[in-house]
Amino acid sequence: MNNNPHPSIEFSLEMMAEVERIKGQFPEGKQKSALLRVLHLAQEEAGGWLNIPVMNQVAKMLGIQPIEVYEVATFYTMYNLEPVGKYVLEVCHTGPCAIEGAERIIGYLEQKLGIGVGHTTPDGMFSLKTVECMGACGYAPMMQVGEFYHEKLSEEKIDRFIEDCKAGKVNVGSWKIDKLAIN
Amino acid sequence: MATRKILLANDHIPGIQTYEVYRRQGGYRSVEKALKNMSPDDVVEEVKRSGLRGRGGAGFPTGMKWSFLAKPEGVPRYLLCNADESEPGTFKDRYLMERIPHLLVEGMICASYALGCRASYIYIRGEYKWIVKILERAIEEAYANGWLGENILGSGYSLDLYVAPGAGAYICGEETALIESLEGKRGNPRIKPPFPALKGLWDCPTVVNNVESICAVAPVINDGAEAYAAVGVGKSTGTKLISACGNINNPGVYEIELGLPVEEFIYSDEYCGGIKNGKQLKAVVPGGSSVPILPAQLILKTANGENRLLTYESLADGGFQSGSMLGSGGFIVYDEDQCIVRNTWNFSRFYHHESCGQCSPCREGTGWMEKVLHRLEHGHGRMQDVDLLVDIASKIEGNTICPLGDAAAWPVASAIRHFRDEFEWHVREPQLSQQRNYGLAGQTLATV
Amino acid sequence: MVKVKIDGFEIEVEPGSTILQAARKIGGDIVPPAMCYYSSLKGSGGKCRTCLVKVAKSSEKDPRPMPKLVASCSTPVQDGMEVENITNPGVLEARKAVVEFLLINHPLDCPVCDQAGECKLQDLAFEHGSSLTRYEEERRTFDKIDIGPYIQLHMNRCILCYRCVYTADQLTDGRVHGVLNRGDAAEIGTYIENSIENDMSGNMIDVCPVGALTDKTFRFKSRVWFLNPMDAHRDCDCCSGKATVWMFGNEIYRVTARKDEYGEVAEFICNTCRFEKKDTADWVIEGPRHIERTSVISQNHYEKTAGDVPGTMQDN
Repeated sequence: MNNNPHPSIEFSLEMMAEVERIKGQFPEGKQKSALLRVLHLAQEEAGGWLNIPVMNQVAKMLGIQPIEVYEVATFYTMYNLEPVGKYVLEVCHTGPCAIEGAERIIGYLEQKLGIGVGHTTPDGMFSLKTVECMGACGYAPMMQVGEFYHEKLSEEKIDRFIEDCKAGKVNVGSWKIDKLAIN
Repeated sequence: MATRKILLANDHIPGIQTYEVYRRQGGYRSVEKALKNMSPDDVVEEVKRSGLRGRGGAGFPTGMKWSFLAKPEGVPRYLLCNADESEPGTFKDRYLMERIPHLLVEGMICASYALGCRASYIYIRGEYKWIVKILERAIEEAYANGWLGENILGSGYSLDLYVAPGAGAYICGEETALIESLEGKRGNPRIKPPFPALKGLWDCPTVVNNVESICAVAPVINDGAEAYAAVGVGKSTGTKLISACGNINNPGVYEIELGLPVEEFIYSDEYCGGIKNGKQLKAVVPGGSSVPILPAQLILKTANGENRLLTYESLADGGFQSGSMLGSGGFIVYDEDQCIVRNTWNFSRFYHHESCGQCSPCREGTGWMEKVLHRLEHGHGRMQDVDLLVDIASKIEGNTICPLGDAAAWPVASAIRHFRDEFEWHVREPQLSQQRNYGLAGQTLATV
Repeated sequence: MVKVKIDGFEIEVEPGSTILQAARKIGGDIVPPAMCYYSSLKGSGGKCRTCLVKVAKSSEKDPRPMPKLVASCSTPVQDGMEVENITNPGVLEARKAVVEFLLINHPLDCPVCDQAGECKLQDLAFEHGSSLTRYEEERRTFDKIDIGPYIQLHMNRCILCYRCVYTADQLTDGRVHGVLNRGDAAEIGTYIENSIENDMSGNMIDVCPVGALTDKTFRFKSRVWFLNPMDAHRDCDCCSGKATVWMFGNEIYRVTARKDEYGEVAEFICNTCRFEKKDTADWVIEGPRHIERTSVISQNHYEKTAGDVPGTMQDN
């Protein structure tokens, strides 16, 4: 795990262009406002989690102190501060999903992946997380993987989904705007 | 009676997400009307007269909120759309934005014009990643067709509209936390006063409105305040999106005319279609997880025996003794098998997880309630825990910086108010109570 | 000027003053306690909720009461406002509740805490708390963190007043610590275990109301109530050089800024004065420091002795 604060990291030109676009949405001197979205982009480029060099680089890009980035990165649940798998399965366990069997689904995933909630499979393929209400209560139980929601989950659906992931057939989307969703 | 559709009149039309189809269905007419024939104050007045109330949960009159906006010379003003929909049970804004993104863009233009904003932002929860793209595409189309940018329709009015995603924090639905988040900070609600109308985004006067409220502005301008106010009952004018979930046959998003009886909403095939698997209705949380839970008899009829209606007033009838709130319209239905204690613990865990941690009653109290409820639900409860919970809830309520404290306290207080026997049963029957959990169909209250 | 009445005492204050400022002008028992508000730190206040009061009458123009209790530190007064603090049982009950909330996860380690005797939470609990706890769950714990050669952070004791964050923001250039995580997992930290190196960083110790940030050069040296606080000054090119030196006999055990009756520092001091000048020859001793009766330090009748015979502490 690379937590050395000193080495700088290079982001892609594509991301830098996107960062400039986002910074341009805010008045002069208010570029810190771009932080949340830039962190999403940075996390995506850095393999799904935010290490210290990445956060420091973001601070530099926005002209703010590194602590201002750490404060934000540790506040919001979508930022991972530890390495995660290629597919992060975020299963909602809040009330309406729980009524529809979210706990059963979580148990099934734990068993199927052989890991507990909060962990990553040894091959680095899957991480399992529980999350709070995602706004899919009518289509429960559900999970989010990357950009997309997978709703009305059943054991069979999960089996199929895991197979698809292993076959490389699952689209996890991107924060970069040019890769538009096909929804 | 078939509901008059105001927001979702065209949601079934194929391609309504695209500019061409939306425009062909009469989209952006309200912008033409407002910018060509109305002054900004006319728009504010129209919205005031429509009786439109905030659809995010608080139900504050939208037009009145607009009229509070300070307008100092030379200081920019901002309109922020609150699309941080995260209240458990609520998924209506998502439907609007996914299905008819241009309606929100249209509403934002009218509202921004009314408030005199040069730039406006839609703050959307980060988990709705794909909707960020849907909205940005709609905005791009609106620019391309001259509805955004410099000198819109030659009116002299210019507006830029942006989408800003959050990153996972329920608290950012609170308007000052939303503003902090949009400034690139932690979502800590601000200490009020000053209120956003005076000092909001970057210390400039700011209005924050829910997605559904802003969408409703377009039809209010198009058809006039009177037409909008003609729908609904009393001070609950117009329509409301209700997102229905839980143990019902037809979960989903419904546009209802305010005033629809709750009973009809639950049992009519046009809406929820009754309780799933032929079970009995046990309880309903009618307005998102924060509002008090009501047992079947009190959600169908008020304590006075009147039909409970889907209006701000009727749902609140009886205060917190026997009433609840319309809230965000997140309508969660529980059948006879659902364990109220487990649900209360679940909600408590949610608020504990979502507390920003700034003020002591919420930071410490939400965790305390969750731990006690966890014990109760897992067979380690004591009889005095029930009163302890009521007491903790009462000491969080009203003493916090923002409404999250109240939102955490109400579900606990109301569950114990109406289902105390179930909490006590968990203490008396710790073994048995653990077998009765979510989804354990087949056990009825009678077998308990 | 606007007129405001607090627990029956009337006073005129500048428009824009807060209720707490007005109360402090009146003084005495009716002043609400404050754990997070700090008058010299911009943006502080509103968080701990210990200063909640009832506004029974909003103003002359609008005589309605405010529906909820309000934080007196961040609510501006209006002309004709009437406020109830210790005369309102609801206020006292809410305050007691806040004390309970602040204590449920606070370690009961006063016997080994350097802050004991000058801890605002200790004072608050003594005055408003209950002697029994209803909290039977596990307490939240954190590891101790070293944030440089002079300051230790004992996060378990922190009440998240944010004062040290505002101090670093407003007194130093380039804040390196802040509040991380959220909810009851929120903590003060640097994230990367940075040390806080800045000439003014030691002031974080003085603004901390509890024993979360303590002076490593003073750790376990003595109980504060065994020491003589003396006003002293020295020529310093970094700060005003006006400080309080805490002496035992002729030895200086620690140096702090001078604090007023509400525990607030009038003039912040630099780290050289605070941590490196522990020799009496470094200082011009002016005389004994006045310590408020609300502090546990005053329990040894210090004031009487000190007032009578400056510079001696026979009672100790």
